[in-house]
This record gives sequence, structure tokens and C-alpha cells, in this order.
Amino acid sequence: MKKISVFDIIGPIMIGPSSSHTAGALRISLIAYKIFKGTIKEVKFTLYGSFAKTYKGHGTDRALLGGIMGFDTDDDRIRNSFEIADNNNLKYSFVEGETTPEMHPNTVRIDILGEDSSMSLVGESIGGGSVLVRQINGIDVKFTGEYTTIMVQQIDKPGVVAHITKVLSENNINIAFMSLFRESLGEKAFTMLELDEKVSEDILLKLKEHEYIIDTFLISI
Amino acid sequence: MKFNNGKELLDLCSKKNLMISDIMIKLEMNNYNKTEDEVFAQMHKSFIIMKNAVHKSLTEDIKSMGGLIGGEAKKLIKQIENNKNISGLTTSKAMAYAMGVLEVNASMGLIVAAPTAGSCGIIPGVLTAIQEAHGFTDEQMTKALFTAAGIGMVVTMNATVAGAEGGCQAETGSAAAMASAAVCELMGGTPKQCLDAAAICIKNIMGLICDPIAGLVEAPCQKRNAIGATNSLISAEMTLAGIDSIIPFDEVVESMYKVGRSMPVELRETALGGVAATATGCTLCSKIFN
Repeated sequence: MKKISVFDIIGPIMIGPSSSHTAGALRISLIAYKIFKGTIKEVKFTLYGSFAKTYKGHGTDRALLGGIMGFDTDDDRIRNSFEIADNNNLKYSFVEGETTPEMHPNTVRIDILGEDSSMSLVGESIGGGSVLVRQINGIDVKFTGEYTTIMVQQIDKPGVVAHITKVLSENNINIAFMSLFRESLGEKAFTMLELDEKVSEDILLKLKEHEYIIDTFLISI
Repeated sequence: MKFNNGKELLDLCSKKNLMISDIMIKLEMNNYNKTEDEVFAQMHKSFIIMKNAVHKSLTEDIKSMGGLIGGEAKKLIKQIENNKNISGLTTSKAMAYAMGVLEVNASMGLIVAAPTAGSCGIIPGVLTAIQEAHGFTDEQMTKALFTAAGIGMVVTMNATVAGAEGGCQAETGSAAAMASAAVCELMGGTPKQCLDAAAICIKNIMGLICDPIAGLVEAPCQKRNAIGATNSLISAEMTLAGIDSIIPFDEVVESMYKVGRSMPVELRETALGGVAATATGCTLCSKIFN
């Protein structure tokens, strides 16, 4: 079990009103912001369950929009995120999705449109400001963002994971959790690595040297 | 150095001849490989944010996102200024400040979840009022927050501080217990008295449900923060006078958890029961969301 810090009890420092509906929602879109490379032109948030029912009163919409602009959970600008997005010509919309019984009650799907690329991400706000990312670009994943996380997008071929672990071990980086997700055999896949150490961007370049690695992402919030 | 419950925390205190706050500071340093200065500075920041939130509620016009609360703290302070408050200065201030911080939270202002956002008014309310009454330094107040954290940690390890899991007794009850222990230590109480004050707090509101109107952290949450602040002051006063908790803290926490788990889901933050499900509660809910 993870040790509890006194700052989990007296904390987090956050913009209210709700750790799950405000801080947690923001963390999901902040993760999406960190993964997406390039300027975001347009974003659509599809809200499910309790998010869909109560987002206005909890400021979930402002929090989600703040996160997609890179604001952290304690950023005073969150309450003005509509105005800030308008000034930056960022288009945004919120729609209520059709909630299914197996869904977590606080789920959001984020569709991002950039200048020449797009991305989708599904996340859950699981309580106390903690989150779980469940899907990226249609591929099922599972990570929290609480650790320094490296996401590797690759072709599902032998040797890729060996290359990843070799690069990390050569740089003395310990892996806390690691999981693999793929579309289907030999197609696109993701490796999620949750790490104990902070890492620099050059690790990503070293990882990318492998022919079957398409892209790498560093998520540290 | 570790503890799993209140009794083990007390044993650590007596073995090392330290207060609860000292144990918590050392524990954080050991667990996260930090210096005392780093740990203390981080907590000091939280205390300043708490006081800023109190100040904001008394100096700015606040309206909550759902529109159910805003301006209550100012009204209570006005009563005090006009010498019309009836609860005694420290108590009147503590309740006003606690309600004010809830206003800041509900209007998307900066707060410290302590232990949750829904109960974030109690500790700042009580501690700010006690500091003003007794002239404690910010350093003394910061140290007291570690005492509060110790109580919150015992509850988190053995029960829950989430309204959705254990009702309002778990959420504002834990915050009150934490504040009460902090006050107790500040006023010269022993570690055992701190735990007794925390136990009395939770016993006093055992069974309190979580029934937020429209599911928002506004009403009755704001007023429950006021009663939580008051609860922590009276409980600390009892133990400091030498009145023990008849049931030990760990057993109170265990029973609070059992009561919470036996509450129907309607009474645990779903806005399907309690005052949320009254005719007025439902009318307000549809007004907010339509």
C-alpha cells in the first residue's frame, strides 16, 4: 500500500468546490494537454454520469477547459477559463453522453483537434482528486498520472519492450509499473511506464531511436 | 517509525516523549526523505492559504456556483461587530470563518482540502479564531496542523473521510476531530487528551448523513462546517478540563465507519435523501440545472 502523506490529509491545495468534480476533472484534461503535441484549436468534452448531471454547479466545465489550457488544480484562472479560451480563439463544447451501467460515475471523453492532428482520451475521476486514464485514441489503457509516466506508441513487434527497458536501465531509472496495450497483433500498441524517478526529455529521444517506436510522450504533473 | 491506529500513535508519543505534531513531522521526513524545514514550509504554505481564504470571504463579494450560498460569513462578523453575537467571541468567529471558507470553495476559490473540500472550512475557521484569541504565532499554528493531520491519518487508515462512503459524520466529523486535537495540543493538552477530544467530536455527530442539495458542496454543507467548528471547540474544552472520552478514539472511529457503511446510498452524497430530497431541495435542484 502506498504510504499516506500528511499532505494527502491536509491537502491538496486546490480550486474548489469538489476534489472529484473540479480538481479530478481538471487533472484528466491536464493529462490530455500534456500528451497532445501542438496547439489545440478545438476541444469537445463529452460528460457521463454524475459529471453530466452536475457539471455546471461544480464548475467541472471550467475545470476541464482550464486543464486543456495547461492550468494546474490550484490555478486561480480556472474560474475564468471560458473567457481565457475565447481570448485565445480556442473553441470548446460540452455535450452529455449516453451513460452505460459499467461506466464510472465521473467519466469524461475529450476530443482534441489541432492544426494537423487530433486525439481522444477517456478518463475517470475516482475520488479525492485522483484519476484514471482509460482510453487514448480508442486504445484501452490504465494509468493515474501520479507517477512520472512515459507513454510509448509503437508497432506491436518483438524487441520494442527490450529496447525500452534497456534505455531506462542504462539511465538508472526504476519502473514502478509497466503495462502494454495493443489494437491487435502486429498493429499499433502502447507501452505505459510509471516511474519512480523524474526523467528528462532526452530519454524520449533515446527511446525513439528504435525503428518500431512511432512516438513518445512524457506526462508529469 | 509507524503507527496503524490511535493507540499506536499514543504509544509512540509516550515512548519518545513527543507531541503528536512532532511524531507526524518526523514521519513525513522519514517517509519522503525530506528535511524538517521542507516539511514545515509546505505545511506553512497550507496555513497561509487557509487564512487567505478566511480573509477573502470577509472582504470580497462571493456567490457560489450553484447560487445557494455567499455572504454568510460577513453577516456573522457584522453581528460580532455590533456586539450582538450570542456564542462567545471565539466560537462566533470560528463559525463565521468556517462558513466563509466554504463560500470561497463553492465559488471556485483557492482552498486546502482538510481533509476534503466539503469540510475545508472547519480547520481554518477554528485555527484562525484560536490564533486571534490566544496570540499564537504562525509557526505554532503550522505545527498544530501536523497534529490535525495525525488524527486525519488514523481515520483514513481505519475508516474513511469521504461523505460518499461514510456520510457527513465521516467528512465534517473527521475535520472537527482534527481541529479539536490541534486546539488541544496548542492549549497544552497531552496526546491522550488530543485523541479524546477527537473521539468526543465524532461521537457528537455520529450518524450524520451527507445530503447536499443538488449534489453541490453548498447547503447544508456550509452550516455543517459551522457546527463542526463549534463541535471541535467544545470537545477540546471538555478534555482540557479533564473530562475523558469514555470510548477510546480507535473504537469511535471503528463504529463511525460501521455506521457509515450501513447508511443507505440515498444518504451518502447522492442527493437522493435527507434535505436534498425535500420539496424545496428538489425545486432548487431543478432551478440550478435547468
